[in-house]
Amino acid sequence: MDLGNAASVAYSAPELILIAAAIGIVAADLVVSAKEQLGAVALLACAAALVAAIGLRMPFSERWIVQGLLHGAEGWLWSRMLVVDGFAVFFKLVFALAAFVTIWMSLGSAEVQDGDEGEYYALVLASTVGLFYMASAANLLMAYLSLELVSLTSYVLTGYRRHDRRSGEAALKYLVYGGVASAVMIYGMSWLYGLAGSLEYLKIHDALTHGAADPLTVFVAVVLVLAGFGFKIAAVPFHMWAPDVYEGAPIPVTAFLSVGSKAAGFAILIRLFYPGLSESGEGGAWAPLAGVDWPGLMLVVCMATMTLGNLAALGQRNVKRLLAYSSIAHAGYLLMGFVVLNDTGLRAVLFYLVTYYLMNLGAFVVVMVVANATGREDMDGYRGLAWRGGAVPAVAMAIFLFSLAGIPPLAGFVGKFYLFAAVVEQRFYLLALVGFANTLVALYYYARLVRTMFLDQPRGDEGVVALDAHNAFLLYFLTIPTIALGLYWAPVIALAERSVRFFLG
Amino acid sequence: MSGFEPAGGTGNVLLSLVVWTPMIGAFLVLLLPREQVDGAKRAAFAFSLITFLLSLGLWAGFRPDTAEFQFLEQHPWIPDWGIQYLLGVDGVSLFLVLLTTFLTPLVILFSFGDVQKRVKEYFFFMLMLETGMIGAFVALDLFLFYVFWEIMLVPMYFIIGIWGGQRRVYASIKFLIYTLTASLLMLLAILYLVGAHVRAGAPTTFDVRLLYDVALSPREQGWLFAAFALAFAVKVPMFPLHTWLPDAHVEAPTGGSVILAGVMLKLGTYGFLRFAMPLFPAATAAATPFILALAVIGIVYGAMVAMVQPDLKKLVAYSSVSHLGFVMLGLFAVNPMGIQGAIYQMLNHGLSTGALFLLVGMIYERRHTRLIADFGGLWKPIPRYAAVFMLVTLSSIGLPGLNGFVGEFLILLGAFGQSRLATVVASSGLVLGAVYMLWMFQRVVFGPVRHEENTTLEDLRPREIAVLVPVVAMIVVMGVYPKPFLEVMEPSVKGIVARMEKGQARGVAVEAERAPAKQAGDV
Repeated sequence: MDLGNAASVAYSAPELILIAAAIGIVAADLVVSAKEQLGAVALLACAAALVAAIGLRMPFSERWIVQGLLHGAEGWLWSRMLVVDGFAVFFKLVFALAAFVTIWMSLGSAEVQDGDEGEYYALVLASTVGLFYMASAANLLMAYLSLELVSLTSYVLTGYRRHDRRSGEAALKYLVYGGVASAVMIYGMSWLYGLAGSLEYLKIHDALTHGAADPLTVFVAVVLVLAGFGFKIAAVPFHMWAPDVYEGAPIPVTAFLSVGSKAAGFAILIRLFYPGLSESGEGGAWAPLAGVDWPGLMLVVCMATMTLGNLAALGQRNVKRLLAYSSIAHAGYLLMGFVVLNDTGLRAVLFYLVTYYLMNLGAFVVVMVVANATGREDMDGYRGLAWRGGAVPAVAMAIFLFSLAGIPPLAGFVGKFYLFAAVVEQRFYLLALVGFANTLVALYYYARLVRTMFLDQPRGDEGVVALDAHNAFLLYFLTIPTIALGLYWAPVIALAERSVRFFLG
Repeated sequence: MSGFEPAGGTGNVLLSLVVWTPMIGAFLVLLLPREQVDGAKRAAFAFSLITFLLSLGLWAGFRPDTAEFQFLEQHPWIPDWGIQYLLGVDGVSLFLVLLTTFLTPLVILFSFGDVQKRVKEYFFFMLMLETGMIGAFVALDLFLFYVFWEIMLVPMYFIIGIWGGQRRVYASIKFLIYTLTASLLMLLAILYLVGAHVRAGAPTTFDVRLLYDVALSPREQGWLFAAFALAFAVKVPMFPLHTWLPDAHVEAPTGGSVILAGVMLKLGTYGFLRFAMPLFPAATAAATPFILALAVIGIVYGAMVAMVQPDLKKLVAYSSVSHLGFVMLGLFAVNPMGIQGAIYQMLNHGLSTGALFLLVGMIYERRHTRLIADFGGLWKPIPRYAAVFMLVTLSSIGLPGLNGFVGEFLILLGAFGQSRLATVVASSGLVLGAVYMLWMFQRVVFGPVRHEENTTLEDLRPREIAVLVPVVAMIVVMGVYPKPFLEVMEPSVKGIVARMEKGQARGVAVEAERAPAKQAGDV
């Protein structure tokens, strides 16, 4: 299926909804004085985009209903610029949910509420559009443009608190790092274009299969492209921006970056490296093309990412920074599923992204609740949290942290289980051991924060934490699935399995 | 699946009830309003008592003439991955379940007076812990077992960390890190084992009864056994992995110590018997001398360190290291007598050490000290306390007529067939055990009353008597009439031993089969 512009509109409903809402909010911002209404519109737009994305699994036209129900729509959109397939739709669902929770959070965030909310919501929606396109990009040009759309909006969102020095500093750092990373990436893309004579992943694939490209040249191009992708997922050595940006950005934005942007980075990474630069073989195995050893390179990146992220997290006293390093480490865990070159690994990545979405967003919601009430983000501000009015946030935080640490029966354990199962199944024993050691290190700092909240007694200067209904509801929205997915996850893993499906033209 | 017809009748949910009743109770307790402290206590006690009564039903319905798992419950959980909700008991786990359900209500009853702050949360964690422990004893699906195994850690972490003593935070984190480290390695080994089963052409399953038959080369067995053994050895704890135990025991509140020593340590030895040994028989045989050596070192070392402890609770904690060394010795005798003795000794240790921790907790409640030097001559002011203390002490050192004797005797008999040297050295541990326990008892109970405060001590209160009497009764019953217990264990124990012998023969065959492939350069 190769759809032209007119026919593609129906398959772009989620993006169109978001774009319309973003523009509408900017316009309405001029006349509406009750800014919460703008947030409500943004929230509705996310929900609508979510429904529309679900709809993509079941195409509108009757001709495709049977095929759609079985497999979901697959094909080229906009004259071979974007694709729609199971993989893209899966990520679109995750992004819509991430944006939904981010906006929900923002509506209850003190940091966001005292600024220019209209722009803020419009930017979040615009960024979400970028994420959606990242999931669909099967063309270097679209990959670059969508990634830049996400980056540019993220810079502005990070600096949203204009009068806060930390926020401004974070935005500047983010911009400088991001600019360099994307310059390097587009340089690498130009090499790939030069080698293949096309921007399309599939044509690059064909050129590398049939042509006689020098492996070293391809390798250099791949490394350069990885700078940009690695920047998005915050993999070592492109992770340096993350702690500062996570610390400086308003908390809902941090949450959004840590989940949305990272997941999108994985989407774009997997699509280029699997259907683009590898050949699929028997039993879900993949083999890299043209003798390019990117799996070896990524194996090193993966181990370095989780190790460095976890070790650096050990010494953190600021909870946002701690979660920033923890999310770097999680990029490393996710890469475990990426480097094993197998469909089971990819399935594990997709499943882990869902669990990561729940627990990481949840942890940031608690950070926001505490910051709202006390203005504190340091670890001492969490001392005895459970015993000074914050029992529900403290219990929720403990659940999220234990889930991040991978303790059953929580969602994060199941996610780790599938990742490790893929690693052991493909006989990457060294990687399994490194992952094991990292899990332990991580356990230590997560347990330390739990200890601070429960075992340490409040000294009286931490302030009282109260939970309003809005944020309580949000917490339950994330906590319940974190537990439920730890007890019964068959539908989600089945969805992840069905979503490891790439449209190959 | 035809080979596994449930012995307790199909559609039987008794085992599930035993596992989940405490969890239901835990959440009910949590939902009570904060002011209703008494309500929380009563509800927790009621639920643990109901669990005990239900578990008696297991014993009543248990058929002692077979080694098969009984009260089997088998439901698909995550079918794509062959993960099942698979529960069952045999003669080994039956009594460990009973031990758990027996001790928990007593601990909860004792904690009525012991726990003053955050009462509701304490009982919540206690009941959750009970579900985790029972579940780990009866889970026959390795995934499910792992989940229960880990579920136990979190409540215990909080029990030590919130209600513990001075250094509770340190002790709780140490406990968590130690046990999780070891169990994560076990998870990797489980994944490998399941993978090996799949590579042999079987569908994915975590059913341990099917995994017993996985053909593994001795080298693979060695690695996997090491990973499993590490997880269990930390829990037991075996020398030299025992260092978390004195910290955790001493800092934990009394209830936590009783559960920790009484039940949780047995999960380690149970793990050896149910998983590490029968899954990897060839590796077990190879590791036996090494494990026996560590067990014997643990026996002697634990006893010697216990001897010099000035603190009662620490003394009991180190005595656990010594006693669990005996259990390991019995298990790795790898004959029915030794293993039966080991299981019996697990139960004995649960009762007598549990009782000792309770007694220490009672005296600590009165005097706020646990130092041996602060006591002396307790016989006069509190004779009833002293009498119970004496009986428990004698049980702990294995006086004939009390339960400890039966277990130790069987263990030594069994171990004699395996290694005479180990048996001889272990016997010296018995003597040392008598020395430190009696010496401690003498300094605490006999002699003149050296401290003024001790003259006005209050003797056992009715609630405390209610806690201690069942334990003391069991100590005597199990000492005088061990037959009903040993009879029920016997078929299961013999089944395990037979399986291991068969497995060792198979391990040799696998090696022979794979040897040519290895020479061809295939790794």
